[in-house]
Amino acid sequence: MLSDPTTLTLAKLSELLKKRQISSEDLVNTFLEKIESQNPNINAYITVDKAGAIKAAKDADARLDAKQGEALTGIPIGVKDLFCTKGLLTTCASKILHNFIPPYESTVTSRLKAAGAVVLGKTNMDEFAMGSSNETSHFGVVKNPWDHSRIPGGSSGGSAAAVSASLCSATIGTDTGGSIRQPAALTGITGFKPTYGRVSRFGMIAFASSLDQAGPMTKTAQDSALMLQTMAGHDAKDATSINAPVPDYMASLNDGLKGRKIGIPAEYFASGLSQDVATVIEEAKKQFTDLGAELVPVSLPTTKHAIPTYYILAPAEASSNLARYDGVRFGYRCEDPQDIKDLYFRTRAEGFGSEVKRRIMLGTYVLSSGYYDAYYLKAQKVRRLIADDFKAAFAKVDLLLAPTTPDTAFKLGAKTDDPVQMYLSDIFTINVNLAGLPAISIPCGFDKTNLPIGLQLIGRPLDESGILSAAHAYQQATDWHTRSPIL
Amino acid sequence: MSINADTVKHVANLARLNISDDEVESHTNQLSQILGLMDQLNSLPTDNVEPMTHAVDMLMPAREDVVVNGDSREILLNCAPDSEDGHFRVPKIIE
Amino acid sequence: MPIDPNYETVIGLEVHSQLRTKSKIFCGCPNKYGSDANTQICHVCAGFPGVLPVMNREMVNMAIKTGLAINGQIRKLSVFSRKNYFYPDSPTGYQISQYDLPIVEHGELFIDLPDEPKKRIGVTRIHMEVDAGKSIHEGIVGASWVDLNRVGTPLLEIVSEPDMRCSEDAGAYLKKLRAIVRFLDVCDGNMEEGSFRCDANVSVRRYGAEKFGTRAELKNLNSIRNVMRAIDFEVDRQIDLIESGEEVVQETRLWDANKNISRSMRSKEDAHDYRYFPEPDLPPLTIEQSQIDALNATLPELPDAMAQRFQDEMGLSEYDAGVLTACREMSTYFEEANQVVSEAGKKNAKATANWVTGELLGRLNKEGLEIDSSPVSAQNLGKLVALIQTGEISGKIAKKVFTHMFDDGGDPQTIVAEKGLKQVTDSSSITAEVEKVLEAHPDQVEQYRGGKTQILGFLVGKVMQATRGKANPAMVNTVLKEKLG
Ligand SMILES: [Mg+2]
Ligand SMILES: [Zn+2]
Repeated sequence: MLSDPTTLTLAKLSELLKKRQISSEDLVNTFLEKIESQNPNINAYITVDKAGAIKAAKDADARLDAKQGEALTGIPIGVKDLFCTKGLLTTCASKILHNFIPPYESTVTSRLKAAGAVVLGKTNMDEFAMGSSNETSHFGVVKNPWDHSRIPGGSSGGSAAAVSASLCSATIGTDTGGSIRQPAALTGITGFKPTYGRVSRFGMIAFASSLDQAGPMTKTAQDSALMLQTMAGHDAKDATSINAPVPDYMASLNDGLKGRKIGIPAEYFASGLSQDVATVIEEAKKQFTDLGAELVPVSLPTTKHAIPTYYILAPAEASSNLARYDGVRFGYRCEDPQDIKDLYFRTRAEGFGSEVKRRIMLGTYVLSSGYYDAYYLKAQKVRRLIADDFKAAFAKVDLLLAPTTPDTAFKLGAKTDDPVQMYLSDIFTINVNLAGLPAISIPCGFDKTNLPIGLQLIGRPLDESGILSAAHAYQQATDWHTRSPIL
Repeated sequence: MSINADTVKHVANLARLNISDDEVESHTNQLSQILGLMDQLNSLPTDNVEPMTHAVDMLMPAREDVVVNGDSREILLNCAPDSEDGHFRVPKIIE
Repeated sequence: MPIDPNYETVIGLEVHSQLRTKSKIFCGCPNKYGSDANTQICHVCAGFPGVLPVMNREMVNMAIKTGLAINGQIRKLSVFSRKNYFYPDSPTGYQISQYDLPIVEHGELFIDLPDEPKKRIGVTRIHMEVDAGKSIHEGIVGASWVDLNRVGTPLLEIVSEPDMRCSEDAGAYLKKLRAIVRFLDVCDGNMEEGSFRCDANVSVRRYGAEKFGTRAELKNLNSIRNVMRAIDFEVDRQIDLIESGEEVVQETRLWDANKNISRSMRSKEDAHDYRYFPEPDLPPLTIEQSQIDALNATLPELPDAMAQRFQDEMGLSEYDAGVLTACREMSTYFEEANQVVSEAGKKNAKATANWVTGELLGRLNKEGLEIDSSPVSAQNLGKLVALIQTGEISGKIAKKVFTHMFDDGGDPQTIVAEKGLKQVTDSSSITAEVEKVLEAHPDQVEQYRGGKTQILGFLVGKVMQATRGKANPAMVNTVLKEKLG
């Protein structure tokens, strides 16, 4: 048994598992012990499924012994608590689902489980994935493993913190406006949002259906490639799932950066970017040039419109998606409802937290009679312009490089009373969702207070391979991704 | 665009959310602030722009007309806060 | 029927037609009526967290076929939207429906009225949507129950233009539309069970007025009869209001079939604001011309075409052809009966048609029965008509035989044989009867020979009377003329 296998990459663990130098059961137990000691400080998990994990690990070991293991067989992972897991509490970090045990499994988790991945538990998040700081969870805030007084980012904050603190080998998150990439950047891990439709949304509790996309959160780009290989692919249960073959991501991982044209969108480097982030990204740009990439200045003029566009469209869809939480068929019901109206009004007022209610209100308003054209329709049109900007840029370049966030992790509570300031922290990630594009965030340095900084690579639709190989090339040449917080 | 308390109450009613007087006030302020952020979109001409409803252009897939689901009544009723005699039970609905 | 000659009635109908697919519209649950509560639901139709809809191919085909059957334009690109409203029988809190881009637009159908054949009624649109579940209130103490079996049943909403002017128009429209969906086999058209539901928008205006009056929406109309009654009641109500200087308010009214009145549904506290927006879980639906052509090729003969054929090939009147194609059961009955007549070697569709529309429908009407529950089968009615055609019984006797068939069952040949009703066609026995009659009525014979030939009818009648109707009237005629010289 190795001294501390939890800090190893998924790829390395996979190798050790296949060689039978380590058993999945031992590995899982090690992670479970670590969760037991560290989770109270970080609050990355809402539910830990000890019994289920040990059973799955034993099954994985049997499979590995029979030489029938795949890359993920026996790998302990965490699952964001909005993927429905059959028989395992799934709360979406909301009081309204505090007791919901789904009788069905999400497509993503069922694929991961079929590949032999071991689910350790369900990770914390912003309630219904609405938030950028993981402070809206009904089950408490998640703390940044690099500095417990700071936010880990959101909404997949628990997933990010769990990988960063090595409380699992990898996690899955979801990204509606940056919810994988932003917390990945703030916790110093790799977070990958694939093309919209690349990964099935079936069984993923919806926030904004036309924007939500699941992806891996890992220590390295290579680990993301391994995870995505299993997660991606067409699903007949999701009408918006892309019906296209999934390439072998590992096969192209070493394609390198030589001759690749990388666009630098001017708007991402304008005012608002912190000095430390600007400096670190400049360094990273140099690294990409050194590795053979050609940097090309490009412009995405609609960038500044992404936030208002997103905060019309996402809440509108959410207001409708969250109508099903009514206390009739599942989840929370208010005490002693007097009549059906009382049941609805009190169940929802008591079951949802304030950020969720704020977005339901906003979404209901922008769709309501008299405002639809001014807000909703207008935003849909601007969304087209934003997507067209990217299209034009990708006619000239293969990838775009930008900071993931304008700044590093802020203090817990710093923006909780100011929703507008909170919303602005997603300024660099949101347009990617509006355009449906794939993008990764990888660690590229630290600020003066030793907080991680993330770099974003955005690709053409379905060019997950191109993003992964570029990120991998960078990680082969740098060691930012190997740094871990001291727990 | 600013928003007044009556609008906030109307929207809360449409959204089926109980809302206290304090909340009316805070929602009014916050929604006004957020909507203020949105007014910048008006500076962008979009007359001939086709609205974008989905992230990726794709066509509706269809499934064959076959029955695949069995009866999951007990499994689903098990999730319900209240059920009775094979039904979801709710407070009296007055038409 | 104009209720007040100073007013014109304007009626538009919205029909919700449940499609007969095997599975529901967006999940694989069975689409059937009458199962135990909640026994045909899954996490998808029950609106559980994280589930997604996937379109049933057959529903789209059925919608296109219905669109083609009413000469509608099939949109090559149509879009599903969410109609947001809270109700316990709507598990997702929204109905997936079509809003601004429905699958069918600009259709029409033609209704047959005694005084106005082939009146055109426009069909504004047909769109696809999901049905809701059911809330049950009666007999439950302090609660209501929710049954989601019906959630996700595929519906076509068929919206007419406001082209109807009286309840008879509305009744005829519903009959024709129901016939079409039944001929297409896309819907069973059962109004009592709710698989064919109708809401009526009714307004009145003074003749010559350009603007429509304020309309009321009538609901809970579970038969064509109730639709017509509710419209008549509503027209009276609105005219009374206007005449007494009051205003008609726009509202939804529920028909009470027991009391024959409608009552206002309390206008909802919040005005409807459905917040429609494009359904993000479903990409736009595109339809290729080849798909439309292929479906067009599979369309069965529809009521109007069939009625035309009945006129052109069988020489039926327009009215009879209309009656016989009012529904699939009717046309099938007629064609089966007519087949039997033809097989007996005596083609006479007109005679068959007369028997179906006259004797049979008259009696069914009287008994309150539909054609598909007729005690006289199409086979037996055909045999009866054939017996007349072959001269085995007279028309008059046939009516007696028909009554036996209707009341006690049995096939006509057996009844004729058992009751000794067979027509006498033996010329020697007829000659004998004729001679007896001539002998008994020397005065009339005298008159005939003196040129008063119309007296022949009297003599024929006497012979028929003597044979209790069984003599072949044509033969009696011939023999009489022969004997009278
Ligand atoms: Mg409808
Ligand atoms: Zn179902």
